[in-house]
Amino acid sequence: MKTTHRFVRHRLPLALSAFSAALTALTLPASALADYSWNFPPPVTPIARDTLNIHNEFMLIITGIFVVVFAIMAYSMFKHRKSVGHQPAKFTGPMGRLQWIWALVPFAILLFIDFVVMGIPAFHAVIEMEDTKTKADMVLKITGMQWKWQYEYPESGVKFISNMSTPRDQIANKEAKGENYLLEVDNEVVLPVDKKVRILLTSTDVIHTWWVPQFGVKRDAIPGFLRETWVRIEEPGVYRGQCAELCGKDHGFMPVVVRAVPEPEYAAWIEKKKAEQEAAAAGSDKTWSKDELLAKGKEVYEAQCSACHQPDGKGIPPAFPALSGSKIVLGPLLSPEGKLIRDSHVDRVLNGKEGTAMQAFKATLNDVELAAVITYERNALGNSKGDLIQPAQIKALR
Amino acid sequence: MSHATTAPHETHHDAHYPGGIMRWLTTTNHKDIGSMYLTFALIMFFVGGAMILAVRAELFQPGLQLMQPEFFNQLIGIHALVMIFAALMPAATGFANWQIPLMIGAPDMALPRINNWGFWLLPPAAILLTLPFLLAVFGIGDGALNTGWTMYAPLSVQGGIGVDFAIFSIHILGISSILGSINVIVTIFNLRAPGMTMMKLPIFCWGWLITAFLLIATIPVLAGAVTMLLTDRHFGTHFFNAAGGGDPILFQHLFWFFGHPEVYILLLPVWGLMPHVLATFSRKPMYGYKAQVYSFIAIGLLSVVVWAHHFFTAGLPVPALLYFMYSTMAISLPLAVLFFCWIATMWKGAMSFETPMLFAQGFIIMFGVAGLTGLVLADVAADAQYHHSYFVIAHFHYALFAGGIMGVMTGVYYWLPKWTGYMYDEKLGKLHFWLTVISFNLTFMPQFFLGLAGMPRRIPDYALQFTEFNAISTVGAMILGFSQLIFAWNIWKCARGHANGLAPAEGRAWEGATGLEWELSSPPPHHSWEVQPDLRQPGA
Repeated sequence: MKTTHRFVRHRLPLALSAFSAALTALTLPASALADYSWNFPPPVTPIARDTLNIHNEFMLIITGIFVVVFAIMAYSMFKHRKSVGHQPAKFTGPMGRLQWIWALVPFAILLFIDFVVMGIPAFHAVIEMEDTKTKADMVLKITGMQWKWQYEYPESGVKFISNMSTPRDQIANKEAKGENYLLEVDNEVVLPVDKKVRILLTSTDVIHTWWVPQFGVKRDAIPGFLRETWVRIEEPGVYRGQCAELCGKDHGFMPVVVRAVPEPEYAAWIEKKKAEQEAAAAGSDKTWSKDELLAKGKEVYEAQCSACHQPDGKGIPPAFPALSGSKIVLGPLLSPEGKLIRDSHVDRVLNGKEGTAMQAFKATLNDVELAAVITYERNALGNSKGDLIQPAQIKALR
Repeated sequence: MSHATTAPHETHHDAHYPGGIMRWLTTTNHKDIGSMYLTFALIMFFVGGAMILAVRAELFQPGLQLMQPEFFNQLIGIHALVMIFAALMPAATGFANWQIPLMIGAPDMALPRINNWGFWLLPPAAILLTLPFLLAVFGIGDGALNTGWTMYAPLSVQGGIGVDFAIFSIHILGISSILGSINVIVTIFNLRAPGMTMMKLPIFCWGWLITAFLLIATIPVLAGAVTMLLTDRHFGTHFFNAAGGGDPILFQHLFWFFGHPEVYILLLPVWGLMPHVLATFSRKPMYGYKAQVYSFIAIGLLSVVVWAHHFFTAGLPVPALLYFMYSTMAISLPLAVLFFCWIATMWKGAMSFETPMLFAQGFIIMFGVAGLTGLVLADVAADAQYHHSYFVIAHFHYALFAGGIMGVMTGVYYWLPKWTGYMYDEKLGKLHFWLTVISFNLTFMPQFFLGLAGMPRRIPDYALQFTEFNAISTVGAMILGFSQLIFAWNIWKCARGHANGLAPAEGRAWEGATGLEWELSSPPPHHSWEVQPDLRQPGA
């Protein structure tokens, strides 16, 4: 036993200083970096600002409690040790009125901190956060799907899908990573500043979570249910976030990018999107050549399908089947009467397969995109079925 | 740790058991079974640790270097299940087996055959859980459970055979836990030495008693939830499918009705053993025994009514948010009682700092971090930022590694002399402590900052602003992982204490230790207390 006490006297301070040296080493290179993040990113909505204030206040409180409590413990560890000859006391609980008061005061303080100092601001923050409806200026509907977000503006009918645009070669370390690695998308969602945007969320497959740290909101998108939250962005800018609920293979590759712009710019953007969408819808009624369909289909395939079925169509069986040489893809297109055949290629693409990651694309893609991608899958990726389907035929199946 | 029955103190009539492997397969002795639980836990601790070191290696730098996301998703979920169900829980059950009879003056556990079965269910369950990794190598199925340990529907409805294997594994683990719990309850209620009233019961046994009741209350709910998942997957039911009238959030309610008490199931045995260790090395009686017992009961009751704070972002109604927020905050009060009593036990003692004491004090400080960050996590508005982020990962590793696993290590070092009959190597023990505590903080402190900066959990690759903290965390994790080899070596060395020339332990291995277990020889005789000690007051 003697040796242990010698250890404590001689080596405990040594070990403690080694520990603090390690902590310093940890913090030094970090503090050298100016943009290093030790806290929430700068808030741009009232909710995010409130949350940051509450968080900062709470962190001060708990750091205070931590320091006080463990200072008492540290004092005891240095004063009440055998090696300095301290004689152990015998008490097993508070004795006398004064000690009872000393024992109960910390709990009174904790009760006050819990339910008054922390509890009251927390109450107001919850009420504010959940008040999605009062004076909402507009609605944005967000649909999570494996592994992309669909955004819809119900007032104007604008609707599009937002995919991660970071090239796969950057992820595989085959080329240098860009500035916004993993946090960049092909279609940014655009919102006006200083408007209360009521956000409705749902999902087509599994649970996703929409999160932009600078907005201070995080809300689950749940299949079959609507959830809601709101933002009022106060500064124009581009804000980045990502899916926060494990949603399968590409959960880490499902970014959110919001561009906040002044109202007139937003209105112009909506008009532009509307025009694009009308042009695309007009495409349903014209007859497309096979080459046009294949070109368009390749584009759609790479954006929507290749994450699972892979760019070469070989898939990752058994979870994500191959399309090259697939019995379903090479089966008949439609019945002789032009009707949908159950469990056929067209049925799968339009209606998905329950219980798998294969979703019902008729909800998210337009007639041209569906016809193009079906035609592409039958005539590329090592398949050469030779037939094609026209957007008009898809339209008739809806 | 297997030397209880072969050490010099045994009496001649002990040798009524078969030799070799049959001894371990058929044993009904609480010490043998305790040793098997602890050995199993140690092995699985390394299995679960190896998985997460692979994950940390992948996260050392941005980009995918070592594995694809599919495999990454399997590792994180199985790591959690292995650590919780196959490392921490069996370790606690090993403690219960070894210590409860010694501490209450009983010859053995009350239900020895159930005890044997309880242990031998574990290896098949662990194999079921990890087998799909191996099957995938041979082209069968697509690997192990890939949904994270929480198995949220509908992601788990989509998953491959790994989900089914995990469901069956959980059923078996659950049966094992319930058998162990029944045994603990029956033993404590029936086999206490005469005169040991419930309010004289050693506090470790109180901690385990509450754990046992929590297990019996919540494991069946988990079993029900995963069975509903199984029928959703294979028999066309729609419990968690909105299209059929179900609700995915129902799964979360059921899962966390089990999952939150589970945190206390893991921690209560540790909170139970802490006062013994602190009192021993402070050479002073424990402070506030009754207050601690009532706090255990209060925490046990509160733990089953706060579950929804695990999914505040799922869009619960405002009254539910407020209720779960305030009820969660209320847990801080009984928990503060425990901290108060731990520190008051040391206060004005005569402390010495052997390895168990170092681990106990390290536990108190770092578990303090877990408790305090837990208090801020309860706040719904701030939780919107913390939730599903690395902040939460850091928080619950302060609770379950610094709280759970370091608590188990405290107990191992404290009782190892009692179990093996030899004093472990104190130098190695201290080296293990300092490496563990420094590398633990190096691993998880940066994760708090990652979470605040906005890094979601369970992602195999990350944006560039998270690079430095991830690199630091990985370095810390590697040191932490490999330091545990010292722990294993130290136990092995102690178990073979004679061959390694270690000093034999006295019956009262520690100067300040009190309690019945220290009145027996080290190691204790084969049938621990053949004659029950009589604790009745003379003339009472």
